[in-house]
Amino acid sequence: MYEFEYHRPANLDEVGRILGAREEAKIVAGGMTLIPTLKQRLAHPSDLIDLGAISSLRGIREEGDRIVIGAMTRHVEVERSAIVQRGIPALAALAGHIGDPAVRNRGTIGGSIANNDPAADYPAAVLALGGSVKTTKREIAADPFFTGMFETALDPSEIITAVSFPKPQAAAYQKFPNPASRYAIAGVFVARFPNAVRVAVTGAAPCVFRVPEMEAALSRSFSADAIKDIKIPEGGLNTDIHASAEYRAHLVGVMARRAVAACG
Amino acid sequence: MRRVNPDERAKIAFWLNGRRVSGEAEPRMLLTDFLRHVLGATGTHVGCEHGICGSCTVLIDGVAQRGCLTLAAQAEERAVTTVESLAGADGALNALQTAFQKHHALQCGFCTPGILMSFTDYFARNPNASEADIRAVLGGHLCRCTGYAGIVEALVEASRSGNPAA
Repeated sequence: MYEFEYHRPANLDEVGRILGAREEAKIVAGGMTLIPTLKQRLAHPSDLIDLGAISSLRGIREEGDRIVIGAMTRHVEVERSAIVQRGIPALAALAGHIGDPAVRNRGTIGGSIANNDPAADYPAAVLALGGSVKTTKREIAADPFFTGMFETALDPSEIITAVSFPKPQAAAYQKFPNPASRYAIAGVFVARFPNAVRVAVTGAAPCVFRVPEMEAALSRSFSADAIKDIKIPEGGLNTDIHASAEYRAHLVGVMARRAVAACG
Repeated sequence: MRRVNPDERAKIAFWLNGRRVSGEAEPRMLLTDFLRHVLGATGTHVGCEHGICGSCTVLIDGVAQRGCLTLAAQAEERAVTTVESLAGADGALNALQTAFQKHHALQCGFCTPGILMSFTDYFARNPNASEADIRAVLGGHLCRCTGYAGIVEALVEASRSGNPAA
C-alpha cells in the first residue's frame, strides 16, 4: 500500500473541505473494494477520507411511499431492517446475499453504488426499482446515474448521502452467483409498479442495464411465460473465466423468469 | 476530526479482549499487522491478505469483520475481540473450541482463528442454526486441509449444545 494521509471527519462539511483542497483524495465507505485496491497498489490517493464517523449518513426511514437508506448503511442493516423487509422484501433479501457475513457487516449501499462494479447486486435494485441517488449536490435518477463500467454520474467532489426507493407492488431478485465470491455472474431484478414493470440486469455486461423488451412483455402479461421467447443478444456481454457471453445471455433469461415467478 | 499524516506514526488505542492497548501506526498499517507486529497478539492469522480467505476475521464492536481489510486507525476506540479471548484464564477451551478438537476440525490450524471468530459472532445471534445456515456462513472461509466435513460437524454440534459461543 502506498502512503496516504488519513482523515476521519465528523461531518460532511469537513469532507467537502478536504475534497476541495486535495485533488487526489479518495473516500472510503466500507472499504470492501477500495482497501484491496490500495493493497494491490492499483490506486494511489494522497488522502483517504473515512466516512465512518458521520452518523447522519446511516439509517433507514420511510418517507411516504418511499424507503430512504443512508449511504453508510451496511448491507447487514438493510437485510435485517423491518422497514425494508415490510416495504421492499426483495431488497432485504438481495442485501442478505451480498458476499459473506464479514462483507455484509462492513460494506455499504453508498459505497456499492458509487463503485458501480459490473457484478454488484445493488445497482440492479436501484435501476429496476427506479430509485434515486441523493448526493451533497442534487438527486440523480437511477437511469442516468449508472453510466458505465465502474463509472457513474457523480462529480469527483460529490458524495452520495442516501438512496431513495419507491415501494413496488411486487419485486424479486434472482442471481446466479459465483460460488466463491458470490458476485453475480448474472443477476436480474424485476419490479412491478401499477403503471410499469422494470427489469434490470447485473453481472452480465460492463454496466447494469434494463431490458425494454421484457418490460413491455411483462406489462402486457406479468408471467414467466410472457418472456420465455425473449433472447438477450450476446453482443456486448462479458466473457471471462467464469462464463462466456453466450452462457450469460442464457442465464439472464433464466434468472428473469425465476424473478418473475418469485414475484408471486 | 481525526487526521494522521502519511509518514506520521500516530498513537492508536483501543480495547483488545477487554484490555486497553495502544501502539504506534502509520495510516496505511492494517489492523492485522498492528495486532501481530505492534501488540504481539499473533492469534489472528493473516492468510491471503485480500479479504478472501477469512483467516483474519476478528470482532469489532462484537461484529465479525476482516482484520486485513481494516486499517488500524479505523479500530481506534473500538472493542476488538480476537481468538485469544475464547479460552478461559486457565486455558480451558470453550464449547466451540472443544467441538473443533473433538471433530478434528483443523489440521494446520491456519484458518481456525477466523472461523472461530465468525461463529462466535454468528452463534451469539443464531444459537440454533441449521447446517445450511452454518455452511452459508462458512462460505466466507477457506480451509485447504480438512475438506470442511469436520468443521461442519463441529459447528453443528456446537450449535446444538445450546450455548455454543460460551
